[in-house]
Amino acid sequence: MNIKEVTADTILKEAQAMKIEKYRLIQICATKVEEGNIELLYTFGDRNDEAHFRFVTDGKTPIPSISHLYWPAFLYENEIHDLYGIHVDNMVLDYRGGLYRTAEKAPMVKE
Amino acid sequence: MATRSVVPFGPQHPVLPEPIHIDLVLEDEKVIEAIPSIGFIHRGLEKLVEKKDFQEMVYVAERICGICSFGHGYGYVDAIEHIMSIEVPERAKYLRMILFELSRLHSHLLWLGLLADAFGFESLFMDTWRIREGILDMFEESTGGRVIFSINKVGGVRRDIPDEMLKRFVKKLDEIESEVGVAARAFLEDSAVKTRLCGIGKLTAREAEELGCCGPMLRASGIRRDTRKLGYLAYDDIDFDIIASDVGDSYARTEVRLGEIFQSIDIIRQAVSKLPGGETEAPVKGFPDGEYMTRIEQPRGEACYYVKANGKKFIQRMRVRTPTFANIPALTKILQGCDMADVPIMVVTIDPCISCTER
Amino acid sequence: MKISKSPWLLHYDASSCNGCDIEVLAATTPVYDIERFGIINTGNPKHADILVITGGVNAQNATVVKQIYSQMPDPKVVVAAGICACDGGIFKDCYNILGGTDTVIPVDVYVPGCAVRPEALIDGISKAIAMLDEKKQAAIEHASCQIHYEDKED
Repeated sequence: MNIKEVTADTILKEAQAMKIEKYRLIQICATKVEEGNIELLYTFGDRNDEAHFRFVTDGKTPIPSISHLYWPAFLYENEIHDLYGIHVDNMVLDYRGGLYRTAEKAPMVKE
Repeated sequence: MATRSVVPFGPQHPVLPEPIHIDLVLEDEKVIEAIPSIGFIHRGLEKLVEKKDFQEMVYVAERICGICSFGHGYGYVDAIEHIMSIEVPERAKYLRMILFELSRLHSHLLWLGLLADAFGFESLFMDTWRIREGILDMFEESTGGRVIFSINKVGGVRRDIPDEMLKRFVKKLDEIESEVGVAARAFLEDSAVKTRLCGIGKLTAREAEELGCCGPMLRASGIRRDTRKLGYLAYDDIDFDIIASDVGDSYARTEVRLGEIFQSIDIIRQAVSKLPGGETEAPVKGFPDGEYMTRIEQPRGEACYYVKANGKKFIQRMRVRTPTFANIPALTKILQGCDMADVPIMVVTIDPCISCTER
Repeated sequence: MKISKSPWLLHYDASSCNGCDIEVLAATTPVYDIERFGIINTGNPKHADILVITGGVNAQNATVVKQIYSQMPDPKVVVAAGICACDGGIFKDCYNILGGTDTVIPVDVYVPGCAVRPEALIDGISKAIAMLDEKKQAAIEHASCQIHYEDKED
């Protein structure tokens, strides 16, 4: 896997570049890593090519939404909000925690 | 202006075998907006990686969904095999491919039945499910299970399928092919069926691409993309074309899936004729360390499996992006402006697998 | 076994992986065909006598399961189909699973299996039919004790 390390501030720029290259959004994945940090992996794809971008966030600072560039991203971002408790700014469709109505909040980061 | 009303659709609805809830904003009989909400079957199985080791997780992955069970198991073990650099024997790859295509057959036949049920053609529903039982018998004979058969393991397949049995299956598939041919006439030529499908839920190629569709939904809108063409398993050795249509309505989706049924039968025929001998599993030593993302073509479209491990018995993360998850944005789009009476058909034509979606 | 009426069936997928759902449907279609006993898979709780639940219950669908159950007319029988509906199965340890169907509504018949086999399900449903008759009889007896002055049965 060829992953480019970025930051929460530059992910929008990278997504923009991907959009111009006519890549599609394959997925956004959150992974719990050490010390309460959460790693976010964005995957874009061409026909045969995959491009991965990754940054680490502390789970408390809001991250920017890419859903105005890639509309389907709102589902992934709402999922990340509901399961990991990360606030995502400016989503085109914000469920406000109502996509997965789990019994406990942010279950994936619980020990 | 007509008054607006909100009609809740689901989670329990006669046409839905699985619970999904959609709030339909109606203006008279026209749907103005559709807002899906999921979570009725959210189990949280991705967190089970903390409690089950990487070998046991195969069983959990297979139970993401009972319809695409084989593919989920395969996607997960493929990611693990890449991380651990395990060279899977050729025969195991071919057997996996044959079982994968059989799974596609059973899934598409199941969908055709549900579609027939959605437009109220009960005898056609019964007939396609009767044909499907032939495929399930093959699963049962070769692996022991009907729907969830756990034949994948890290390193290969759990048991070999004898050549004679596979030859018998190919003969049986000839019969199934002609039976599907008869049912296909009802789906594609019956005038009453056509009135329920033609022009319903239209999606252009541009919209399909922008909404991130995948699988038959994308191909029915004219974009020729099939993850099998990446050449995983032994798909490189097989000669097949991508089946697509340029129309983009519910009829086109039916046509594409019917085409894929015949295509899968053809792929199985080719695979059985080229099947190499030898071992069916490779030894597994140690624990996975690293990360990998596998992309495969499930019956419903492209699925991604991301696995991250750090050299321990328990992996850190298993993430599955399922095809229905990618097709839900398109569902909300095609529902806008349709008639209330067509909503069940449209929900069915994306071939929703809610269990996959919510995990 | 004598069947006194044609019981109708309602299937609800609580949080099943679909494996049991499609086997429940397979049981109603040719080859297994429980419709030959006069059983129809209905979509309406108010028409149903037997509730077949697949999958474990989670916080969100617990109310749905309870509501469907309360909408069914008495007497009614609940069949938990598959190991997840019995006690949570492989998903028992998941954060979003409360447990089997019996955590929210009373269950009469437990059918094991992952996924449940249609044969086992038919067996379970035939047990459910017998229980339905028993419950009906008990209700009649109860009613005739209660309203002894009225010449009324059933």
